[in-house]
Amino acid sequence: MSKDQPASVQPARRAFLRQSLTLIPVATLASTGLGGAVLADSATPAAAEPARPVTARAYQPTFFTQEEWAFVSAAVAVLIPTDALGAGAADAGVPEFIDRQLNTRYGSGGLWYMQGPFHPDAPSELGYQLKLNPQEIYRLGIAETDAWCKAQFGKAFAQLDLARQQQVLEALDGGTVTFASLPAATFFNMLWLNTREGFFSDPLHGGNQGLVGWKLVGFPGARADFMDWVERDERYPFPPVSISGERG
Amino acid sequence: MSQMKKVDVVIVGFGWAGAIMAKELTEAGLQVLALERGPARDTYPDGVYPQTMDELTYNSRKKLFMDISRETVTLRHSVNDVAVPYRQFGAFLPGTGTGGAGLHWSGVHFRVDPVELRLRSHYEERYGKAFIPEGMTIQDFGVSYEELEPYFDFAEKVFGTSGTAWSIKGQVVGRDKGGNPFAADRSSDFPLVAQKNTVSAQLFEKAAREVGYHPYNLPSANTSGPYTNPYGAQMGPCNFCGYCSGYACYMYSKASPNVNILPALRQVPNFELRNNAHVLRVNLTEDKRLATGVTYVDSQGREVEQPADLVILGAFQYNNVRLMLLSGIGKPYDPVSNQGVVGRNFAYQNISTVTAFFDRDSHHTNPFIGAGGNGVAVDDFNADNFDHGPHGFVGGSPFWVNQAGAKPISGTKVPPGTPKWGSGWKAAVADSYRHMLSMDAHGAHQSYRDNYLDLDPVYKDAYGQPLLRMTFDWKDNDVKMNRFMVERMGKIAEAMGPKAISAGKKAFGQHFDASTYQTTHLNGGAIMGTDPKTSALNRYLQCWDVHNVFVPGASAFPQGLGYNPTGLVAALTYWSARAIRERYLKNPGPLVQA
Repeated sequence: MSKDQPASVQPARRAFLRQSLTLIPVATLASTGLGGAVLADSATPAAAEPARPVTARAYQPTFFTQEEWAFVSAAVAVLIPTDALGAGAADAGVPEFIDRQLNTRYGSGGLWYMQGPFHPDAPSELGYQLKLNPQEIYRLGIAETDAWCKAQFGKAFAQLDLARQQQVLEALDGGTVTFASLPAATFFNMLWLNTREGFFSDPLHGGNQGLVGWKLVGFPGARADFMDWVERDERYPFPPVSISGERG
Repeated sequence: MSQMKKVDVVIVGFGWAGAIMAKELTEAGLQVLALERGPARDTYPDGVYPQTMDELTYNSRKKLFMDISRETVTLRHSVNDVAVPYRQFGAFLPGTGTGGAGLHWSGVHFRVDPVELRLRSHYEERYGKAFIPEGMTIQDFGVSYEELEPYFDFAEKVFGTSGTAWSIKGQVVGRDKGGNPFAADRSSDFPLVAQKNTVSAQLFEKAAREVGYHPYNLPSANTSGPYTNPYGAQMGPCNFCGYCSGYACYMYSKASPNVNILPALRQVPNFELRNNAHVLRVNLTEDKRLATGVTYVDSQGREVEQPADLVILGAFQYNNVRLMLLSGIGKPYDPVSNQGVVGRNFAYQNISTVTAFFDRDSHHTNPFIGAGGNGVAVDDFNADNFDHGPHGFVGGSPFWVNQAGAKPISGTKVPPGTPKWGSGWKAAVADSYRHMLSMDAHGAHQSYRDNYLDLDPVYKDAYGQPLLRMTFDWKDNDVKMNRFMVERMGKIAEAMGPKAISAGKKAFGQHFDASTYQTTHLNGGAIMGTDPKTSALNRYLQCWDVHNVFVPGASAFPQGLGYNPTGLVAALTYWSARAIRERYLKNPGPLVQA
């Protein structure tokens, strides 16, 4: 047993071993690296972690054009900025996440009922009613936003300074700008939802690189065994683990 | 069209109701075929560790839920509106595949408050007929708690339910131990002791006691220890991994048809489960008095006729109603004339959530720790446990902390006043996630003359059949009750001493919002009762009009319960199966004379 383990862990750990160890195949633990994390290693204090790359890995988009990629990279960096608390959405790989999602069945609208007739002006309480799928929402939304930025400020969104970019996103969010091909807020809400999804989902989907989203909030990822911690009003000390066994 | 060999019983849908019926009717020696529209599913591979610890795939993209690109419902708020499709998942999340929603449910496993089984009679007796608002169509179920008690008891043993009894055969055993003083008497204890309580549940328990309420352990179909059920199915102890609702339990700790019943059915030669078999309709004789079987579309798209002597509709609540309407079983309900029965008394859940945010140094609620059925509740305002007279609404609500495992895409909440995005939002989620708790007023929901189900005149599914249309909105009674409950529950939140509280409370005139998740507790549309003019089924869940069709499920509830519906669905299904085994098979015909 390691010395830097909280003292109170140890009796409870024995209870954990008694109650549930036999249920988890050893091979499963070994193959994910999780067994080591839960059963042998102690909590690694955040300060002792090896330095993580502060920018997302290189990625070649396959759905987005270069102009669209520049927009998404800039916009998600405003929505979840890199700041004193750590990496933001762009540095976590959220643009890669969104590009990859748009090439799935979700991106082509395959998870939604998309038969007509469409009533886009139905009350919002009846849910989404446009005929646009996520790919189309991004394609039209980015084109509309960049065109609006050029008309207002003479530059595409990605070329604006941060204060202007914030103003533009506030205008989309608040519905104070009107686009011909879709409601600005529909585009904004999808961008913001996908940004959070990319920042907080398992890194196998392309975002949350280095588990930065999980480390920010203290989510332990795929640990998925808290038998020892249920009743304890204290900080959970173990760092996050991803499905592939990466540790934050 | 190809025709299959006739079976004794065909069951449509293999969720809880279908699995229970299959087990009971194979025990009676019948040849039973279950047709499940969705794919084969089981703990492996659908709950395998660690691949399924994936919030994006399972929760955000809803991998285990029904495929609404092929089949959905339409929605409108009133008969004067145009209904539009439920295009994206929001308010409710029906399942598909082996186990149905029973594979990815949470596991809160209640019985029922006895008063709610005879709701109209009870209110009329205690408060007078005039107390029930005009247009509210609440009814009695036609079956009593005492009649159902043995079936609640057995279902808990099948599910491996953890909990704390209040009284067993009249003897109080649960005082100061976590029993619920408002709970009805039981014939035996829960098969497993209550689970541990999370920090959030402990805080709720202490605060609820301080404000004078009576906290108890939620009955949970997540195991507090190893368990083997009466069918020989084995469960392992829940480790509070937090991947319950929307996921298949990797620990074999959450009761499901897949874990608790299917292993036993696999051992018997007189049972077959046929997946990817989408039933289009029940086939009837020309006089529409008897079912001859069903027609389904197989995995390749062929229409197949499956003859059977007995047809069980065990699909999800609204799919049962739709199949009856598509098949011509029973008279469709018309809200204008108030005639007909199939589609009437469509009800939901009247739920609100209050979230308390703590200073990061005061409490660590660690909301990623959780179990779907676990928590602490109070029933002081559930059912008719308090005098409704001065308050002027029908219905009650349990309150609880049911920490089921909040993950960061869907479960990061921020205090009121936080910026929606940017550095301010980022700091708030970092500060809040591990130091907040949510509590729900689960809220019974009543039935009304103009909340109902019928077939949509415009929209079709992937097979060319009309979608079901929901006409539904909140009524003043619902809003009154909701506001009353949120105020009472808010006192518990205040007693915890948080730095901030956010509360969802309904406003008068507010419309039902299908875009926001509430619950998948949809009720009614094919309700049980004592009068064929106001119910589609008799008290044994047998169709009044077609005696060899039985329809178990929450579609049989005349109104919504304060509690979660699965426990009553299971008990009613066992009750119905017993009537089939002991009476119907000996003398097929109506079990109740109209």
